[in-house]
Amino acid sequence: MNGALLAGVLASSIWSGTSLLYATLGEIVGERGGIVNLGLEGIMLIGAATGFAATAVTGDPYIGLAAAALSGSIANLGFAYLVVGRRANQLASGLAFMFFGFGLSALVGRPFVGAPIVGLPKLELFDPANVTSRLVNYDILVYLGPPIAVLVWWLLFHTRWGLWLRAVGESPASALAAGIRPAALQYQALAVAGILGGIGGAHLSLSLTLTWAEGMTDGRGFIAIALVIFAKWNPLWAIAGAFLFGAAESLQLQLQAVGADVSPFLMNMIPYLLTLLVLTLWGFRRQVAAPAALGRTFFGAE
Amino acid sequence: MPHESATAWRWRLFSAQAAAFVLIAFIALAAFSALLLAAGRSPLKAYVDTLVYVFGNAYGFSELLVRMTPLLLTAIAVALPARIGLINVGGEGQLYMGAWLATAGELALQDQSAFVLLPALTVLGFLGGGLWALVPAIMRALRLVNETISTLLLNYVAPLIIGFFIFGPWRSPESSSYPQSPAFVDAARLPTLFHSRLHAGLIYALVCLLLYWLTISFTRFGLDMRATGGNPEAARRLGIPVFRYILAVMFVGGGMAGLAGMAEVAAIQGRLVSQLSPGYGFIGFLVAWLAGTKAGGILAMSFLFAVLSSIGDMLQITQDLPFAVINILMAGILFIVLGRRPMGSAAK
Repeated sequence: MNGALLAGVLASSIWSGTSLLYATLGEIVGERGGIVNLGLEGIMLIGAATGFAATAVTGDPYIGLAAAALSGSIANLGFAYLVVGRRANQLASGLAFMFFGFGLSALVGRPFVGAPIVGLPKLELFDPANVTSRLVNYDILVYLGPPIAVLVWWLLFHTRWGLWLRAVGESPASALAAGIRPAALQYQALAVAGILGGIGGAHLSLSLTLTWAEGMTDGRGFIAIALVIFAKWNPLWAIAGAFLFGAAESLQLQLQAVGADVSPFLMNMIPYLLTLLVLTLWGFRRQVAAPAALGRTFFGAE
Repeated sequence: MPHESATAWRWRLFSAQAAAFVLIAFIALAAFSALLLAAGRSPLKAYVDTLVYVFGNAYGFSELLVRMTPLLLTAIAVALPARIGLINVGGEGQLYMGAWLATAGELALQDQSAFVLLPALTVLGFLGGGLWALVPAIMRALRLVNETISTLLLNYVAPLIIGFFIFGPWRSPESSSYPQSPAFVDAARLPTLFHSRLHAGLIYALVCLLLYWLTISFTRFGLDMRATGGNPEAARRLGIPVFRYILAVMFVGGGMAGLAGMAEVAAIQGRLVSQLSPGYGFIGFLVAWLAGTKAGGILAMSFLFAVLSSIGDMLQITQDLPFAVINILMAGILFIVLGRRPMGSAAK
């Protein structure tokens, strides 16, 4: 592998890993509060479609981004109502939201298939005339990704809100006894998770592909859920995980760019197989890092 | 009611449940209609078109049963593992791999007679889906990876395998623009019924559903599974081989979805193509979940979801919407059922 190819892979893995980073951070916030959201794939699709539609209508990708964050958050609050408000089964509700997001994004995105948009602009922090430094001129979401991961980490581990949320995720009954209202915190956490998931989806349509296509997230929501386990529910580890998987994705594009004769179908399998491999390796160790009440429905303190 | 017989009581319970479900379906349908109106479409036209098409003549009804066939099989693929508490969301990938192995068999055995080919393709379709499901089953049985996430991820891998073969080694030389495998020989085509697209796959599906019902209701396996689903640790101490049950139900379940894939290539398409299924594996999950994994429920829900799929077809054909839009309505029904009462263990 020569230097230019390596630089290209590194640069584009950060670029394509960004949507995974936001989605993973969102899922971590929810899971720290004890809620597994398998509907993340659907939330990302809704973010990608509404972000693209709003950008196409207004011509401003930042308005599109705001629309994606808002729609992701509203959709995730719907999920929160089911699993917290109505105490429904989390796995089934999450899968229902996956279907819902798939359908709703197809409906929202339909008029905008093939629409030309101006995507998120690259901030020209480095000399665009230089071939190598041009590679690291990204859009704002890429630069904000790692700082937001640190922010989420600080929020979870160094604020009172984070402590309360983690208490709810470990034992809602004890949290309730300590005067914390589990439901309120879970609603807040899932609203934040929805914002991050929506942004993660929007980065795909507003920066990576600049198109809307049905089901365009291609399972990234599920890869992000696996990344939460990889990162041991720690936002800082999520940075490493997201960029590792970004590398797996971008390797294919870069190899195609240099004309390597490898089937794109086989290359496209890599992120999914890598995810399964990582989950298997992590499975050999007991997952003590998982919040104790993860996935359990809290019916009140008995 | 003092002296009510058990049958009468059961009937009253059933009709109450059915009435509640019809109400739920209508609420979801009303919400979906509002959404379609907001998108500038005509829901009423779609519903009337669908009803006229599906129930207006024998051909339309036969097409409905064609739709229902893969749903029955993919629903069993979800329901059987759910009996011991496993969540198999990989029906879609299992369907594709059943189609893949059946196609491999057709390419290898195409000079054989139908008496060899059809049983061989059936077995291979079953094996393709079953072996594909065995991967997450083993990872789950060894307590390495949760089967929900692994089956979901494998759904994205299976179509890529199909893509690799029909763009590569199996690409038909006759069609240069649209990649697909060569057409199946006549002897490898599943027989059709009543001069329609209805095919022997429906008989497979109904026989499988019957076997499923008999197994869970009347055999020791059904009882063992119920015990395992209720409390795996207790089941283990009772001497039930939980490890083997995990592998067995996932293998057989995956095999059911594989049969659906085999029927799609051997009866409907007549060759391996990239777009085999509009999400039958996922719809089958909804069917099995809403049916509470009961055999009768699977039959009724498959029929209902075949009708809903037909609405999706109508929206696509006459109102310029993607088929996927129908997922909103299907998810809506599940939302109401989920939100109606706490169902922490209903998937079991």
